[in-house]
Amino acid sequence: MKISSEYAVQMRNITKNFGECRALDNVSVDIKKGTIHAMLGENGAGKSTLMNILYGLYQADSGEIYINGNKIDMRNPNIAIENKIGMVHQHFMLVENFTVAQNIILGREVTGACGILDVKKAKEQIDVIVKKYGLKIDPDAKIEDISVGMQQRVEILKALYRGADILILDEPTAVLTPQEVKNLIDIMHRLIADGKTIIIITHKLKEIKASSDVCTIIRRGQYIDTVAVDEVTHSELADKMVGRSVKLIVDKKPANPGEVIFEIDNITVPSKAHSDINSIKGLSLKIRRGEILGIAGVDGNGQKELIEAITCLTKVKSGTIKIGGQEVQNTKPKNVIKNKISTIHEDRQKRGLVLDFSVAENAVLEKYNDEPYSKNGFLNYRLINDFTTQIINEYDVRPEKCNKIPVRNLSGGNQQKIIIGREIANNPDLLIAVQPTRGLDVGAIEYVHKTLVEQRDKGKAILLISLELDEIMSLADKIAVIYDGKIVGEFNGGEVSENTIGLLMAGGSSKNADNSKNS
Amino acid sequence: MLNSIISIINTTLMYSAPLVFGAMGGVLSECSGVINVGIEGMMTFGAFVGAGVGFYSQNPWFGLLAGGLAGALLAILHAIACVTFKADQTISGMALNFIGPGLALFLCRLFFNDMTMTDRVPNKLPKVFGSVDITVLIALLVTILLWFFLYKTKFGLRIRSVGENPAAADTLGINVSKVRYASVIMSGLLAGLGGSSMTLAVISQFTPTAISGQGFIALAAVIFGKWTPHGAYGACLLFAFAQALAVILGGGKIDVPSEILNMLPYVLTIIVLVLFVGKSMAPKANGKPYRKGTR
Amino acid sequence: MQTTVKILKRPFTSTLFAILCGLLVAGIILIVSGYDPIAALGALFRGIFSRPKYIFKVIEKSTPIILTGISVAFAFKTGLFNMGAEGQYIIGSVASMIVGVKLNLPPVIQIPMVILAGMLAGAIYGGLVGILKARFGIHEVITGIMFNWIAFYLCNFVVDSQIFHKPNTMRSLSINESGFTTLFYKWKNSKEGIEYLKHNKWLSDILLKTDVNIGIIVAIVVAIIVWFLLYKTTIGYGIRAVGLNSKAAEFAGIGVKRNIMAAMTISGAICGLAAALTITGTSPHAIFKLGMFENVGFNGLFVALIAHTSPIACILSGLFFGGLSYGGNALQMDLGVPSEIISITMGSILFFVSLTDVVPMLADRLAKRGNKNAK
Repeated sequence: MKISSEYAVQMRNITKNFGECRALDNVSVDIKKGTIHAMLGENGAGKSTLMNILYGLYQADSGEIYINGNKIDMRNPNIAIENKIGMVHQHFMLVENFTVAQNIILGREVTGACGILDVKKAKEQIDVIVKKYGLKIDPDAKIEDISVGMQQRVEILKALYRGADILILDEPTAVLTPQEVKNLIDIMHRLIADGKTIIIITHKLKEIKASSDVCTIIRRGQYIDTVAVDEVTHSELADKMVGRSVKLIVDKKPANPGEVIFEIDNITVPSKAHSDINSIKGLSLKIRRGEILGIAGVDGNGQKELIEAITCLTKVKSGTIKIGGQEVQNTKPKNVIKNKISTIHEDRQKRGLVLDFSVAENAVLEKYNDEPYSKNGFLNYRLINDFTTQIINEYDVRPEKCNKIPVRNLSGGNQQKIIIGREIANNPDLLIAVQPTRGLDVGAIEYVHKTLVEQRDKGKAILLISLELDEIMSLADKIAVIYDGKIVGEFNGGEVSENTIGLLMAGGSSKNADNSKNS
Repeated sequence: MLNSIISIINTTLMYSAPLVFGAMGGVLSECSGVINVGIEGMMTFGAFVGAGVGFYSQNPWFGLLAGGLAGALLAILHAIACVTFKADQTISGMALNFIGPGLALFLCRLFFNDMTMTDRVPNKLPKVFGSVDITVLIALLVTILLWFFLYKTKFGLRIRSVGENPAAADTLGINVSKVRYASVIMSGLLAGLGGSSMTLAVISQFTPTAISGQGFIALAAVIFGKWTPHGAYGACLLFAFAQALAVILGGGKIDVPSEILNMLPYVLTIIVLVLFVGKSMAPKANGKPYRKGTR
Repeated sequence: MQTTVKILKRPFTSTLFAILCGLLVAGIILIVSGYDPIAALGALFRGIFSRPKYIFKVIEKSTPIILTGISVAFAFKTGLFNMGAEGQYIIGSVASMIVGVKLNLPPVIQIPMVILAGMLAGAIYGGLVGILKARFGIHEVITGIMFNWIAFYLCNFVVDSQIFHKPNTMRSLSINESGFTTLFYKWKNSKEGIEYLKHNKWLSDILLKTDVNIGIIVAIVVAIIVWFLLYKTTIGYGIRAVGLNSKAAEFAGIGVKRNIMAAMTISGAICGLAAALTITGTSPHAIFKLGMFENVGFNGLFVALIAHTSPIACILSGLFFGGLSYGGNALQMDLGVPSEIISITMGSILFFVSLTDVVPMLADRLAKRGNKNAK
């Protein structure tokens, strides 16, 4: 394709290495002005890296970038900003204890003499953009106090405030409810109508279909194809993305539930920040042996506090948590583990593993103090290693024989396998899986899902908490929706539509589905 | 009675000035995300250079300025290590605590007849309102200016953003390294001023014990004051007050061994910490080198 | 090429590199100020190695800082910066002195009692920092600094008190002889001993001019025990887990607060031990009125950092530190070079140690170039 000013962005033969690893190999894309262009690829395919290069955060090892037909040397974000490029990162780049307005103007402050901030004038300027695109926001609120959806608006405002004509959105829907996603897509169309160009990075096929005009597929750092979205089907896109046919549905038999093994009765948990407010406001749950209970909900509705309450990292104000009839609330994490509750935590690097410990040391993190792994206070490394080797073999952890390697050097998927192996080896009655597939590639996701179903079939109770509604829909035998610290609806899997759950997640009720669509 | 109150206030202010300078240096550096445990070393070096230049130039103002520059010089080393080389900030700071006093005493021997103390400076910094060191006023002014600078200007906004979330600042085109370099060097300048205000206003010469722990106390004041200029200033005042109390009571009629009185400031600080200070609120990226382009 | 890169990536290599750079900086400073750095290095070496007395003096001076180094390194493993090592050392020496003066039992009981007193006092003092950190969330550096000063004045208070003050001096009474751990103390002061040593110059140089004591052996044993404790026992496992990732440790049921308190207590006990060994092992077996800190604890920070917080490596870095500071006196006496050049050297070494990542980084670059050439 020729270099021309018809195109907002043209990236040519971009190659980028991270150490030994080639993240991008000779990738070229052309993005037409005034379109929504999707970049599709699995986690780690290189799409974010490509966009970070476009935004000047990384420098390509070779290749060229043309903006509106002019060659630009993207040395740093300043140059990207000068060329009217804005980027909304997957992990929001916001200063948490700053206000909305401070975040928006940072780096492009409105000032009077001597660099003194002119807050009033800044707010007026922000207000103009807010009105133009309908991005309602409170400029004086602190970031840490506003919802994720609002934070995303701040990110978009940041880009528009800098006069962006080309907007890069990196996985913008990962943290949003279906309704918020719809809202975002509306905003995107409004921006296009105003002549902007949007690049959206995603691995969600449905959203591409709903939003985009053109889609470029990247796989393992290689350019695969660019297609017009209208002309391809879902499964064609999926095939191009992973390079093989994948089952989007988890293969599982109907559940065969036994007796209730785990029961939460009307617990309340105070909020960490304001102890007079409750984060969990009278939540009850029951899980039977042999079933997967999925909790759907938008981030920040009490999921974190629920896990912390069950695992005794935080105290409950009232109510009980029982496993096999035994109350465990307000004891110690150790006691919870002893009572056969095991947890695969969402944040494996922070909560699940000690990254600088070896694989073997991590494998016994919960039981190094128990026989036979230690006796009279002395560790028995021979048995610890045997146990680790078992996990490594059983769960196919790569590289082989990695007992003594720091777990930091393993890939995310292999780290997760070690955690899963460790927790299942505890032979728990209740296995809690919080976002167990976060940041994993498709192969690893399949593996994790398969393992969870296997454990269910062995008669374990499984509590699955996920922000990915698809994951809940395809895995859970029962679905509970959490909103504002309460369970607001419970359904049998397969008997409820995504739309109903989406509404409940957003605080609507399932009855007034039609009224609240545009709220 | 009134006399002793006035003298307590006077002594408090006198002791507070060097601390305040050091603490403001700490606040500035840590707000940008660089821990500065080398304040003690920078203050010591500043104290010597201040006294030395004050002696030779006979002008205490030159001395004060030179002391500040000396602290900034050491801070450049700290910045190179912490910002450019992503070094361990604690180790680098501790290294300055060896280098600062070492250089001060080494140079002192070279310039003052192989002695470890300088001669008395001919002119001390002036006093205002009768008996208040002018450095007390300057320290207060620096605190107010720093507060204004950090919270009301774009530079402050940038410094704080770099200390809280350097990646976010980077995506907005703010040069994280430059901001941190500037903050650390300014922090050294302030620490150096603290040192020279000790040898040019409080005592009138440099001795090996001129700065003995003030830098660390200033560091404590930063944490105590929750990384804000006004909070740290208050912490410094509290500390200086306890010290003044010990001095005044020691000279009075109460029959308490001086050593027990001398412990007072430190015991008091711990009690206050236990009673009043909750969770610390350090800048989120404090102590963390910023690396970009890594995964 | 591969092996070169591997060697370069070892922490030991970067430490060596740091030491060389530190010496280089000192050399440059000496040249600029008009001294001969080669002569200075020679004087330094002579000041450490030229007489058996010097070597044993270095060992004697190194013993306490090896131990405070191990103490600081141990606390580092829980992620704590034991700024209070100095105070724990002072408190330990005060307690040892008190018990050593007040008790007078046979050596088999007296020595352990004096040492235990020091360790216990240090442990309590360190444990207090741990409690304040675990229960009230107060930063250990602040409490450490405050406790150092409290110990400082407490020490002076005890030295000045009527019971313990030795009249007309700046120090306390000496502990009873039954508490001495100086080797051959009785023999070298006996008739046969004096007679024998007259004819053996080499031995008398060591025994009469230095306080050869059991300290260094204890220090080595402690280093090994601490290493074993850290890597082979459940206590060490817990402490390291908390130090490396307290959130994961908490989640796995490892008590974070308990481990913080345990680590600070043990760390304090090791400082106390260092103090007790100094009181029992070196004359005048007493504590002094402090004009400023003796820096035994602060220097432990240096030792631990140079040793990359490895307890075994603390032995080497402690000896290195002891050698430099003792040899520094020779510099002053032989050449008139201000002995503070040693502080500058040590600070520079520490500065370069803080840049530890630099050598592996260079190694990576070297490896890359090697690969390119190979292709």
